[in-house]
Amino acid sequence: MTLKITRENIKNSLVDKIEDISGQNVFDCYQCGICSSGCPVTDYMDFPPNQVMRLVQFGCVDEILNSKTIWICSTCLQCSTRCPKGIEVAKVMEALRTINLRQRGGTLNPDDLKSKELKDLPQIALVSAFRKLTG
Amino acid sequence: MNKIGVFVCHCGDNIAGTVDVERVAKEIAKYDGVAHSVDYTFMCSDPGQKMIKSAIQEKKLDGVIVASCSPTMHEGTFRKAAASAGLNPYQCEIANIREQCSWVHSDKEKGTQKAILIIKSMIEKLKMNEPLYPESMPTNKNVLVIGAGIAGIQAALDIAEAGHKVFLVEKKPYIGGHMIQLSVTFPTLDCSQCILTPKMVQIDQDENIELFVNSEVESIDGAVGNFKIKIKRTAQYINPDICTGCGDCVDTCPVLVPDEYEEGLSYRKAVYMSFPQVIPYTYTLDIDSCLGLDPIACGKCKEACKENAINYDLRDEIIEKTAGAVIIATGYDQYPMENIGEYGYGKYPDVVSGLQFERLIFAVGPSGGKMIRPSDGKPVKEIAFIQCAGSRDPERHLSHCSKICCMYTAKQAKMFKTKVPDGQAYIYYIDTRAAGKDYEEFLQKAQSDQRLIYIRGKVSRIYKEKDKMAISAYDTLSSKKIDAKVDMVVLALGLVPSPGTAELAHKYNLSVGTSGFLSEAHPKLRPVESVNLGFFLAGTCLGPKDIPETVAQASGAASKALALLAHDSVEKSPIIVQVDAEKCDGCGRCAEECIFDAITIDKIQNIAVIDEMKCKGCAYCIPECPHGAIEQKNLSDLQIYNMINAILTKDKKTETFEPKIICFLSEIGPYQAADLAGTGRMEYRPNAFIIKVLSISMLNENHILYALKHGADGVLISGSHPGESPYPGACLKAKERIDLIKSKVKNAGLDPNRIRLEWYAGRQAKGLATYVDNFVEYLKMTGPADSANWRSLN
Repeated sequence: MTLKITRENIKNSLVDKIEDISGQNVFDCYQCGICSSGCPVTDYMDFPPNQVMRLVQFGCVDEILNSKTIWICSTCLQCSTRCPKGIEVAKVMEALRTINLRQRGGTLNPDDLKSKELKDLPQIALVSAFRKLTG
Repeated sequence: MNKIGVFVCHCGDNIAGTVDVERVAKEIAKYDGVAHSVDYTFMCSDPGQKMIKSAIQEKKLDGVIVASCSPTMHEGTFRKAAASAGLNPYQCEIANIREQCSWVHSDKEKGTQKAILIIKSMIEKLKMNEPLYPESMPTNKNVLVIGAGIAGIQAALDIAEAGHKVFLVEKKPYIGGHMIQLSVTFPTLDCSQCILTPKMVQIDQDENIELFVNSEVESIDGAVGNFKIKIKRTAQYINPDICTGCGDCVDTCPVLVPDEYEEGLSYRKAVYMSFPQVIPYTYTLDIDSCLGLDPIACGKCKEACKENAINYDLRDEIIEKTAGAVIIATGYDQYPMENIGEYGYGKYPDVVSGLQFERLIFAVGPSGGKMIRPSDGKPVKEIAFIQCAGSRDPERHLSHCSKICCMYTAKQAKMFKTKVPDGQAYIYYIDTRAAGKDYEEFLQKAQSDQRLIYIRGKVSRIYKEKDKMAISAYDTLSSKKIDAKVDMVVLALGLVPSPGTAELAHKYNLSVGTSGFLSEAHPKLRPVESVNLGFFLAGTCLGPKDIPETVAQASGAASKALALLAHDSVEKSPIIVQVDAEKCDGCGRCAEECIFDAITIDKIQNIAVIDEMKCKGCAYCIPECPHGAIEQKNLSDLQIYNMINAILTKDKKTETFEPKIICFLSEIGPYQAADLAGTGRMEYRPNAFIIKVLSISMLNENHILYALKHGADGVLISGSHPGESPYPGACLKAKERIDLIKSKVKNAGLDPNRIRLEWYAGRQAKGLATYVDNFVEYLKMTGPADSANWRSLN
């Protein structure tokens, strides 16, 4: 499928947000691919890390937000350690996960939980879920 | 001086677009001392220059200001024009209203006001300028060339051909540098030795060339045109005139050490000859690996020598020479492989460097030209080449591209395939760069003819699996992880300056750029000159480059040196310091501190004497003088004060507070950065006024505080980075001095943050522009400086 790239896409607000959250400049990436080579779980990803960086540069953030990659990344930091440009790729992945979670809302309605779930889930997880997005 | 002519240039729209040039010319006409003030479209054009000349003659002008582009552009043009009309060239000054005004501001009103102040301050400087006459001295016609690789060889041959004496100094026992280690050269595939040895023999035979191997330059004193050189030659212990090259000494020597010429792939004796065509043709006794010169310790070689050519009593010697110019061609080294841990160098003998591969494939190299694994001697069938090993990795290794690796890797892969037709070569790359004549064609042909597999991705790991080397990489083109097992891995290591380059730069006041390579005087327009007059640079000491480029550069450096020597005398910039005999008591502090040994003390008259040929005008000595007896010519204390006063004239009351910053910028580094900010149209606030100094080390407390005492709100002092400065040590001393002033200011309860010291290289335009903006912002928040309070400082 042809990818249409536009000026607006390349610097859209989601790209800004990724850079804000991760503290990384995604435009530092020059596609050497060492992140994908060193990554122990590349084979299980739908987009290898270097493609994630490429797609973010193009502004195709939505595509990655719905990918398996960001959840398969185990934050082992191999990519961040070896990147010749000093990009902490793992932080970019974390930013993508954060954005994904925020977009989903992230508040918890106790009525949606079954009584078994209420019993099984650790209390601290429930407390933190209730407190999310509140004072 | 009271008949000054001011010529305001429009530079088309470049100046006139942001500065109301007509208003400037009219306003300046009213200024004290100005007899003539006009504006014109292009002052640098022929009619523009004629305007200046005729005005000087008709109006009997005694000084000229051209308000135009940066003095780095047309100062020479206008000074020549003024001189041809009878003025001393130093009675013409440039007011930089383009790079440092119109190009960095967009508000026409503010731009116009700033231009007026810039011109007024230059008028104040000009008023007290004295006519200066460059000193001249007879030129010594010899040339010293340091380094006898291909660059040094070419430069030496060119200079000798022109009839000058050359002293060629080489650290190693042989000449030819890295080029003599190479098998063949790209893209022509001609044998490296075959094309280099004729030149090496010429060096040996040329009567104008005196060759010093096993030698290093100990010191170079004096100045351009007249250098005094000391060369230290390590004792050879073997008399080359008697030695017949029979090799009996080698046979008997019991020592074995890794052979440097063979990149450690084979061994040599303590007495040895690097290779059969070595120039000069003699054996070398390496004292570091020899068991001892004492016949009791060993002495076998001396016994074996039938001709009695070996003499253990010889000692290192210092040879003194004189020369008018110096060419530096000290070359490169490979980036240390052991720094790249994940590529396993040191652990695995089958991971080799590019230069080691050159030796391995060489017909008479350590493996006799057979493609075998260094670890076990088995044949190499599959081989991997890894490009950018250490290069283009700003985070962990080298930030620069080493330029030649793409090509030599393609060449090596092609040679491998020629040697092992049924073998396979894999090349791991990030990008291929083949920008040279016939280079891209060579690379493409090698790729298709030899079925080279190019894998686009940086290798993450090399490790041993059974007896093979396993390589992990990711091919970004196919989006596949690639695993390969090969017999040998060749790392195309990045290039770094040869060891000792930093010391050399420090010793001879050469500036060093990023990655530690030496810097040219100008990256585009003066590519083979250094910032230190009389020192020329050639080859890979300046940065990675291939053989043709190196040879061209060496010939360029040689012709620059020859142009200098073509003059029977050398002229030197007369902008140096002078001593006020009334104030000087000959205490000798300046002489002690001078970086260039340019000051001596006349013990009889008790006065400091400046050697005008040695003084570079850095004026480092000014703040050192306890009596204020030293001043820079045409930038005296009074001139600086008057310039500051002109800038700080009270303007009409404005509603908002607009701070004024006096910026003292060194000519090399920050002043260039300010010019570059203009060229790049990097707008910053019009509150900064620049006073150009040769070096900020000339500034003393009075200069800096004068501004704050007379209405400035801030002072920015900026020199080039201490490591890059043409006056080494001066910057750090300046920092010490300014720190002292700041602590004094702080103790007096005043704000030390109004005095700033920053380092800027010529390339850091954006940084400087942003810094000025932030400084203005700070001063706006802090409010105006109370000059009365500052005046109470003693």
